[in-house]
Amino acid sequence: MKTELTVNGQTRVIDVEPRTTLLDVLRDGLGLTATHAGCEHGVCGACTVLVDGEAVRSCLILGVQADGLDIRTVEGLTSGDGALDIVQDAFCETHGLQCGYCTSGMILAAHALLRVNAAPDEEEIREAISGNICRCTGYQQIVEAIQLAAERIRTSNTLKAGEVVK
Amino acid sequence: MKPAQFDYARPKTVEEACGILAADMDARVLAGGQTLVPMLAMRLSRPSVLVDITRIAGLQGIACSDDTVEIGAVTRQAAALASEVIRAEVPLLAKALRHVGHPPTRCRGTVGGSVAHGDPSAEIPLAVTVLGAEIVFVGEDGEEERFAPEDFFIGPMLTTAPMGGLLTRLVFPRRAAAPTGTGFREVASRRSDYAFASAGAQVVLNADGTCAEARLGIGSVGDTPVAVDISGLSGTRLTAQDIRGAVVEALSDLETVDDLHATASYRKRAAVRLAELALAEARDDALEQAG
Ligand SMILES: Cc1cc2nc3c(=O)[nH]c(=O)nc-3n(C[C@@H](O)[C@H](O)[C@H](O)COP(=O)(O)OP(=O)(O)OC[C@H]3O[C@@H](n4cnc5c(N)ncnc54)[C@H](O)[C@@H]3O)c2cc1C
Ligand code: FES
Ligand code: FES
Repeated sequence: MKTELTVNGQTRVIDVEPRTTLLDVLRDGLGLTATHAGCEHGVCGACTVLVDGEAVRSCLILGVQADGLDIRTVEGLTSGDGALDIVQDAFCETHGLQCGYCTSGMILAAHALLRVNAAPDEEEIREAISGNICRCTGYQQIVEAIQLAAERIRTSNTLKAGEVVK
Repeated sequence: MKPAQFDYARPKTVEEACGILAADMDARVLAGGQTLVPMLAMRLSRPSVLVDITRIAGLQGIACSDDTVEIGAVTRQAAALASEVIRAEVPLLAKALRHVGHPPTRCRGTVGGSVAHGDPSAEIPLAVTVLGAEIVFVGEDGEEERFAPEDFFIGPMLTTAPMGGLLTRLVFPRRAAAPTGTGFREVASRRSDYAFASAGAQVVLNADGTCAEARLGIGSVGDTPVAVDISGLSGTRLTAQDIRGAVVEALSDLETVDDLHATASYRKRAAVRLAELALAEARDDALEQAG
C-alpha cells in the first residue's frame, strides 16, 4: 500500500505491507536502526519514536497508519556527524546508560517531556519514562540525565528539546 | 512476533466504516491499536481486514450539553486527560485516566477502544460503570443502539456489542452543581499497569454537609467492573466509621477471582480497603469544595 512517510523531516512515498509495523518500516525499510526492537508487543518502550512531537511505541503503529504523520527518530536529533544533542550528552555525562538497549527510547521519551515541560520535577520525569523498561541502570541516573538536560536547555541558547537540525 | 497478513482500510465516515464491517464477518475495528496490535503480533487475533477509524472526524472530540458530556470514541486518552471539560464536569474519569497505561500508550489509545475491549481491570470501563455513562453504538443497519454499562460488560473482554457495530461515543452525566467529590484507588505491580483491584467513588453533599448521593464501583477483581449499591451512606456525615460499615456490608458478597497475580481473598481485602480510601478521598474532595 502506497504510504507517505515523513521521517526526520524528509518525506518519501514507499510501498508498505499493511501488517508491517512502523518499527519494521524504520529499521528494515529505511535502515534507521537507532530505534530498537525489544518485545514487539508494547510493553518495553525500546521502540519509542516521536509522532507529531509525542512519544509513542512504533511497534504498536502499523506503517500504513503513519501515513502523513511527522515521525522523528534518534537519527534526526542531530546532523549526524557524530555530534550529540543536549539530551544524549546529558545521558553520557550522568552515566544514564549501560548496554544502551533502552537508551534511544528513553531519550525520545525525555524529548517528548521536555517539549511540554521545561522544568519537570522528579515525579514528572518518572511518569514520563514509566513505560520504558531499563534492565541495567536502575533508572536513577536516567532521571538525573533528564534533570541535567532540562537545566541545560533552560539556561542555554542552543536547540530546544524537539527542535531538530535540518 | 509478526502479525499475519490482513488488508487495511481507512474510511472517512462512519457509514463507510459500517459498510466494510457489514460486508465481512472477519473485519475488525482498529482504534488506538494499543491492545489490538499486540494481539495481532502474538497472532491471538487474525482479522481479514482492519478498519482504521482514527481519522473519522465525527468520532473525535468532547462536547458538553446541559446535563451530559459526550466523548467521541476515538478521542485519545491523552486528549481526554488534558481536557478542561472532563476535569471540571466528569472529574472521576479524569482521575481514572491517569492510571491508564503510560504517556506513550495514552497518546495513541482511545477512550472508546478501552470500553469496546472490555477488560475487567481497565479503568475507563470502571469510571463508565460508576457513573452509569451510556455506551452508544451504530449497528450494521446504521441504527443507533444505546447500552447501560451493566448490560454491556458481561465477562472478561466480553461485551454485548452488536455484530459489526461501531462504538461511536460515550455519554457521561455532568457532575452536580452541589459539592461533588471523587476518589480513585488501585493496586498494580508497576506504575500505570493493569490493576489487581481498583475502586472508584463519587459523593455529592447536601448544604448541611451530609451525603446526598454516593456511588461506588469495583474493578479488576472479577469478570467485569461492578457498580456497588452504597446508598446506605446517604444522610450520613461520611465519617470513617460510616464508610467502613457501609463498604463492609456492601461488598460482603463481592465475587473475586484467583489468578497468577493475586488470590481471590487478597482481592476481596484489597477491594474493601481501596473502596474505603476512594470514598474518603471523595468526601475530602467534596468538603474542600464546600469550603
Ligand atoms: C504497555 C501497556 C500498558 C497498558 N496499561 C493499561 C492500563 O493500565 N489500563 C487500561 O485500561 N489499559 C491499558 N492498556 C491498554 C490501553 O492502552 C488501550 O488503549 C485500550 O485497551 C484499547 O484502546 P485502543 O484505542 O488502543 O483500541 P484498539 O487496540 O485499537 O482496539 C481494542 C479492541 O476494541 C475494538 N474497538 C476499538 N475501538 C472500537 C470502536 N470504536 N467500536 C468498536 N470496536 C472497537 C477493536 O476491534 C479491538 O478488538 C495498556 C496497553 C499497553 C500497551
Ligand atoms: S518493542 Fe515496542 S514496546 Fe517493546
Ligand atoms: S541501559 Fe541497558 S537496558 Fe537500559
